[in-house]
Amino acid sequence: MIMSLICEGDVILKIFDKMTLKEICNLVEGVVVCGEERLDDTVEYAFASDLMSDVLTIRKDHFLLITGLANIQSIRTAEMSDVPYLLLCRNKEVTPEMRELAEDDNILIIKSKYSLFKCAGLLYSAGLKPVY
Amino acid sequence: MPDLNRFIKMQLEYNVEGGDFTQAGYASSQIKKSLKQLGVDPAVIKRVVVALYEGEVNIVAHAYRGVIYANIESTGIKLKLEDEGPGIPDIEKAMTKGFSTASSSVREMGFGAGMGLPNISENADYLLIESEVGKGTTLNIEIKF
Repeated sequence: MIMSLICEGDVILKIFDKMTLKEICNLVEGVVVCGEERLDDTVEYAFASDLMSDVLTIRKDHFLLITGLANIQSIRTAEMSDVPYLLLCRNKEVTPEMRELAEDDNILIIKSKYSLFKCAGLLYSAGLKPVY
Repeated sequence: MPDLNRFIKMQLEYNVEGGDFTQAGYASSQIKKSLKQLGVDPAVIKRVVVALYEGEVNIVAHAYRGVIYANIESTGIKLKLEDEGPGIPDIEKAMTKGFSTASSSVREMGFGAGMGLPNISENADYLLIESEVGKGTTLNIEIKF
């Protein structure tokens, strides 16, 4: 999945065309909460927001949702929007109800200790494309 | 669309409780499952369930209780979301992007940005909003398959 390696001084950036969820998880030093079986899936686009109303206006599906909003409605929004991958920032708590709903809908949840800004920045630099 | 031509009619009905955010989305989720089973185009299903979920969240956020009726035929789906609640005094204003009367608890759930009704309208082929202040609001939504 790696397209090219760009050397900038001592920094080596890997640029991906499509990333696997496993690669995304590694980049944000994430922990998989549920949906491990989807780690080999690939994804091309991401959207970062805490506002679910905004997520619901996106016509595209099959993107990664990066959010700091951890409640049952973030999972519901992912379900309705056909978003199969969720990245929760700042180590937000995943309740058993959220986990159960995500498992029912075959949604992968990754938790990262990084902020939404850092997660989005790391993944954007690595080649994950913005929805807009 | 494998099965759509073979069935004639499916009617579904769900009760929605105002203020209960743990259950918000249940009706939309069930209707999504039915549409999937019927083999409706996933892009159309997404338009239906996004419009429906926005409407369901509105009932939970603003009304005391409501009922969602879904009428599925081979040509499309008709949804009626009927609530008992405060009603909408100015529908035109409610349709304005960014206008919201949502409480802070609704905003904490990731909603209340004044985007719900406009988004329902954008996803629907037909939308009729009827409201009586002090009684409630009814949304009629139609989406063709």
